Amino acid sequence: MADTLAPTDADGLADAVRWAVAGEQPLEVIAGGSKRDFGRPVQSAATLSLAAFNGIVDYQPSELVLTAKAATPLATIEAAIRAERQMLAFEPADYAPLLGTNDSATLGGALACNLSGPRRIKAGAARDHFLGVHAVSGRGERFKAGGRVVKNVTGYDVCKLLAGSYGTLALMHEVTVKVLPAPERTRTVLVYGLELAAAMEALGAALGSAHEVSGAAHMPAEVAACSAVSYVAGAGASVSAVRVEGFPASVEARCEALRELLGRFGAVEELHSKNSATLWREIRDVRAFAGDSGPLWRLSVPPASGAAAATRVADAADVRTLFDWGGGLVWLAVDGAEDAGEAAVREAVAAVGGHATLVRADAPIRSARAVFQPQAAGLAALTERIKRAFDPAGVLNPGRMHAGV
Amino acid sequence: MPEPDAGVISQRQSLVAALRKLLPEDCVIDDERGLRPFECDGLSAYRSLPMVVVLPRDTQEVSRVLALCHERGVKIVPRGAGTGLSGGALPLADGVTVGFGKLNRVLEIDTANRCAVVQPGVANLAISTAVSPYGFYYAPDPSSQIACSIGGNVAENSGGVHCLKYGLTTNNLLGVELVLMDGEVLRLGGKQFDAEGYDLLGVVTGSEGLLGVVTEVTVRLLPKPATVRALLLGFPDNASAGACVGEIIAAGIIPAGLEMMDKPAIEAAESFCQPGYPMDVAAILICELDGPEVEVDELVALVGDLARKSGATTIRASTSEEERERFWLGRKSAFGAAGRMAPDYYVMDGTIPRARLPEVLTRIGELSREYDLPVANVFHAGDGNLHPLIMYDSSIPGALQRTEEMGSEILKLCVEVGGVLTGEHGVGVEKRDLMGTMFSEDDLKQQQRIKCAFDPDQLLNPGKVFPTLHRCAELGQMHVHRGETPFPDLPRF
Repeated sequence: MADTLAPTDADGLADAVRWAVAGEQPLEVIAGGSKRDFGRPVQSAATLSLAAFNGIVDYQPSELVLTAKAATPLATIEAAIRAERQMLAFEPADYAPLLGTNDSATLGGALACNLSGPRRIKAGAARDHFLGVHAVSGRGERFKAGGRVVKNVTGYDVCKLLAGSYGTLALMHEVTVKVLPAPERTRTVLVYGLELAAAMEALGAALGSAHEVSGAAHMPAEVAACSAVSYVAGAGASVSAVRVEGFPASVEARCEALRELLGRFGAVEELHSKNSATLWREIRDVRAFAGDSGPLWRLSVPPASGAAAATRVADAADVRTLFDWGGGLVWLAVDGAEDAGEAAVREAVAAVGGHATLVRADAPIRSARAVFQPQAAGLAALTERIKRAFDPAGVLNPGRMHAGV
Repeated sequence: MPEPDAGVISQRQSLVAALRKLLPEDCVIDDERGLRPFECDGLSAYRSLPMVVVLPRDTQEVSRVLALCHERGVKIVPRGAGTGLSGGALPLADGVTVGFGKLNRVLEIDTANRCAVVQPGVANLAISTAVSPYGFYYAPDPSSQIACSIGGNVAENSGGVHCLKYGLTTNNLLGVELVLMDGEVLRLGGKQFDAEGYDLLGVVTGSEGLLGVVTEVTVRLLPKPATVRALLLGFPDNASAGACVGEIIAAGIIPAGLEMMDKPAIEAAESFCQPGYPMDVAAILICELDGPEVEVDELVALVGDLARKSGATTIRASTSEEERERFWLGRKSAFGAAGRMAPDYYVMDGTIPRARLPEVLTRIGELSREYDLPVANVFHAGDGNLHPLIMYDSSIPGALQRTEEMGSEILKLCVEVGGVLTGEHGVGVEKRDLMGTMFSEDDLKQQQRIKCAFDPDQLLNPGKVFPTLHRCAELGQMHVHRGETPFPDLPRF
């Protein structure tokens, strides 16, 4: 068992990195550990745990900002802001069930992986809500970037770069995020039994309307059957779902308008707040594909091409699919393919644009295959230069995203 | 600014000849009369004639120009429409200014993916105009939106009145085509929601032309809201107007726009364009709400109630488009109005935590008296972005310098209360030397290492943003303390 370093303050983090650099000892960086099996396995000499960086530092509901230490569990953050009727609008996913762990997802982890839920289409991704950071670079130097206000263009937007860098650039230990008022009411309009093409058309019509849709997903019949919501599980057919949130009168009016709009595609039903919450949490956390350990791909593609991408893969491999973001996010669970479906997935993405990530697979597969989208030469070279700009000795999560990065 | 390189200037004729081999005659400007319009951007107190201006017509031409300049060690200054307020497009006497006036086409309107692909020289408002027949618009709306270009918006991460609800440029982009200083062409993002790998699109946005040159932009489009209404609210003092903003947010309302004007700004606007603002108040708020009609009507009533409880003495809600536009007229004319009240004015741009507004306005009033320079304040109140307009007369010796000193004091004050130097105008040359009040040397060096990853020879827009230039080789050095391991104080398990 490799050493675990668990510094308790920022200077300790800097010491740990300098130790790693001096001894050429790569570090695996973890906070809660819930996504430890996400990405390529890291060949590390030691684990660096940020667990001590836990707790809300400052929360000003009226300023719409919250500062917390990076390893603060999302559950802690969400409890605190729920009490003020606010939310993390990017709806961070909890992949722990998907990846088969019981560890707590943390705020820093959600930002490091830029994890965003169904509301991505309306409210933006984790990176859009990430305002400021205190971190230690792979050089063992402390630095900060951004600020604690929602509007700021002072210097490069380093927060964007750190969001989705999977701990390969810097150790984030204190982060500031934007929070927003939580909706008073939620309604979900369900459409039953649509074929894939019609479902995508229906979601597109809803997203192109003025009804401020905050979730647009499609569940083929076998995925819908996994839901804990009886109106979804009992459909015996595919279910397409469109969410509206906000002030009660507005939500009711939009729900009514969407029932009419979507009624042209098929039979409609509506879910009220509690069932809506359950359903969108299931979609957010991809619960339909939790409970097994087979290869699971996440495709980020132009929304109108989601169906085409999924169909291409399905022609080559045995897959189960879930569509979110109006078709822009496609989850593909691949069964029984020798290469985890990689060839088919890469070919599909190349055809429609976008990229694919192998979110779940056994470690040997994640070592042998490209987990993240392989990059064209120019982009790969720039990626390497960025890595070296933060972590020239390659001690932070080396190889987590790409070999050598 | 960095001392112009005499060696580069002495090679000017040969450079112009080489550029003319790459571009047609009318796309290379080297005569003084032709160069003059490019001598400054919206920060007109700073002027410098560029060595040459080029106006490429496509990505390949941009790439060839950059590759040529890279080979010759010639600096590049990218320039959008030249409306920037921080001097980001200030020319260099030994640099080539690259203008994007000829890259001005909307390439694709993709309603199925709710995005548009445009060239960088397309004006911000022209995007919304082009997609309007399809029921969409592009949300960020800087006040210069008629003129400012989307390429410049990407460089500056421009905001606008509606960014409280809809975000800045960075929150509304899907992809760009980027040319690096050595001429390499990269695509960042696309029509999908998230970037692959590192979010390079995120760091390029707002990089003020220091990392690469954008030659194509894919923007997100939003469906046009069904209804838009505004309230005009008048308050007896700044504190009660500030408190009302807090009440609106606390009620769970994120208005499409929430603007504040102080007494001098109200008076300037009223005398300039007579929007009909109440003159017996010390501050006004303009609160715009958009969305479904039933929601807008409900929230207009709710905001009116909150304003009354906060002590508002004037509460008017627009009942027609014409009335809504009149509420906005004075706010949108605030800069012009300041220009009427004094020969010159200087626009500042800092962000503060909103709760600190009353004390910040008081301190700005004190600075105004101390420097004997009138100040009017307009404020994107919802997101804490303050725009003090300092009025001065540049014909008085030393007046500009005193104005800049006072502006610096205001920005330092913003940082002191927990805010930042710039909310939407950028650092450019204007706030470059104040970066040290917000960032440590290590913070700035880490940012400059990002610059080195994109532009190791530092030929792209040098002299902007960073107060001290370091060589990339120097920034890359790392002092390794071998032999000090293992660190005995590290807790281990």
